[in-house]
Amino acid sequence: MTALSSPPVGRSRRSASGAGQADRRSWVGWGFMGPFMVVFALVFLAPIAYSIYLSFFRDKLVGGNSFVGLENYQRAMADPQFWQALGRVGLFLAVQVPIMLGIALLVALAIDSGRLYGRSFFRISIFLPYAVPAVVATLMWGFMYGTRFGLVGNINDAFGITLPNPLSPDLVLASIGNIVTWEFIGYNMLIFYSALRVIPHSLYEAAEIDGAGQLRVITSVKLPAIRGAMVIATIFSIIGSFQLFNEPSILQNLAPNAISTYFTPNLYTFSLSFAAQQHNYAATVAILMGLVTMVIAYAVQLRGMRKDV
Amino acid sequence: MSTPVTTAPRSKGPGYARLRTPRRPSTVTRPRRSVLLTVLTGLILVYSLLPLGWLLINATKTPGGLFDSFGLWFAEDFALWDNIVATFTYDGGVFARWLANTLLYVVVGAGGATFLAVLGGYALAIFDFPGKRAVFAVVIGAVAVPGTALAVPTFLMFSRMGLTNTPWAVIIPSLITPFGLYLMWVFAAQAIPRELLESARIDGAGEIRSFFRISLPLLVPGTVTVLLFSMVATWNNYFLPLIMIRDPDWFPLTLGLNAWNAQAATAGGEVVFHLVITGSLITILPLIAAFLLLQRYWQSGLAAGSVKE
Repeated sequence: MTALSSPPVGRSRRSASGAGQADRRSWVGWGFMGPFMVVFALVFLAPIAYSIYLSFFRDKLVGGNSFVGLENYQRAMADPQFWQALGRVGLFLAVQVPIMLGIALLVALAIDSGRLYGRSFFRISIFLPYAVPAVVATLMWGFMYGTRFGLVGNINDAFGITLPNPLSPDLVLASIGNIVTWEFIGYNMLIFYSALRVIPHSLYEAAEIDGAGQLRVITSVKLPAIRGAMVIATIFSIIGSFQLFNEPSILQNLAPNAISTYFTPNLYTFSLSFAAQQHNYAATVAILMGLVTMVIAYAVQLRGMRKDV
Repeated sequence: MSTPVTTAPRSKGPGYARLRTPRRPSTVTRPRRSVLLTVLTGLILVYSLLPLGWLLINATKTPGGLFDSFGLWFAEDFALWDNIVATFTYDGGVFARWLANTLLYVVVGAGGATFLAVLGGYALAIFDFPGKRAVFAVVIGAVAVPGTALAVPTFLMFSRMGLTNTPWAVIIPSLITPFGLYLMWVFAAQAIPRELLESARIDGAGEIRSFFRISLPLLVPGTVTVLLFSMVATWNNYFLPLIMIRDPDWFPLTLGLNAWNAQAATAGGEVVFHLVITGSLITILPLIAAFLLLQRYWQSGLAAGSVKE
């Protein structure tokens, strides 16, 4: 961490890339990078390693902790609860993520088009739900879904009808999808909007001279220019879907019959560790989910980049 | 939703565009405001703000009013102040304790996370050091690992170290924000002119001095952005404290609110939905205020971050 005293030989080679081609190669950078990496090793690398270690062992009533090789993995492969949970988040991902990102993209394009009245009001208001904790978001929507004193109940009373209960087993996944969509439209909109903002205006003028209308500008200039942002937003959303935990776990209090202990893989991991005390098997399920997430995120990234060319 | 929004500009498009010569103000860069598009985007605005409005309205109701009155309008009694007082005095003022805990986690956790991300991002942008590529690969790879997949092994590790049920169990994992590191790296790469650092070196300034005196002021918008986003992550954190903290005296607001809500489902538990609602409102106000007040900074920080997408 001491100051660099050697003279600045080797002029800085500036580069346009984000990686920033920097000065001479030296250990000085570690003085700045080191603190991050120390904590990173403690809260990321060590738990990953520990979890892999745990997944090869099993606590037995007799004989204590013993090495079982891939037995935990075989168990997961044949575990219907694991597959049900995985299928549920897969379905959630396939439906909720496109809806959420689609709306976020449309709103970002609308705000960026400059055709809205009061566009900064739109931008900040639609973003605000992101600042709301998942706990509060779920409690609010959970109360509103309620047939007793929620909005659904109010509407039923007012019109003398019976709307389908959003907290019933059939609908609860869609109701969770609505909460997650509500929470993250604004965040994704902001990612898209920030990317749209930095498109050089000369491109628009060139398109206009070529006779392109607004729609053509969107499809030929704006969307290709923000492809990177779209790939990033998609990857974050996929990771988020596979990690689904907070919303179903909090809704459990309001809809105990609709949400099982293995509703999502994370809920399953959580109940395995803390209700059933099966730490080794929980670690195995967590690792498998990490692998699935990485593979899919990587595939999306490859696909996104290939289209780019 | 998609059809009306995208066709709205086109309805005026072709004929309108043909009348104009390229030298006139362009429809793409200087568009006309559209009432239709504003109204359509307004639907998303209503969706985003409706639950917040519901929360605000229902925080003014007595427990009886909650059940008797329509969810989107006020009840006869206006009990907001009574509810606030009740929230802070219920159960020996435990809500104030949770608020203080949350502040502690945010100040130390998010503050520390921002500091580490700024240092690390600066190192990646400005210096070339041995292992830099490996650092990048490991950190980006770790982003894809679901945070919740790490929770169980982290819990087991921390419980061996005797850290669970202490504030450290929440603070230490909050100190790492890979997204913050990425953002600071991209931001620093473009915000800091290398020539300035070179001349500081020639004048004999050490690396630490240059960092604090020259670079840090240039990094303010990026730093505010990272700070706000890690504040949100820490303030809203639910899963990590849920696993780590058993003692209600160390709960953050999110866990406390959920505990109050869950009381209704337990036998003999007092139903305090009015406190859950008022407490939720109090929980989200500081973050919403921070986002509104610091808009200018974080929005420019994010826009800069997306340049290199």
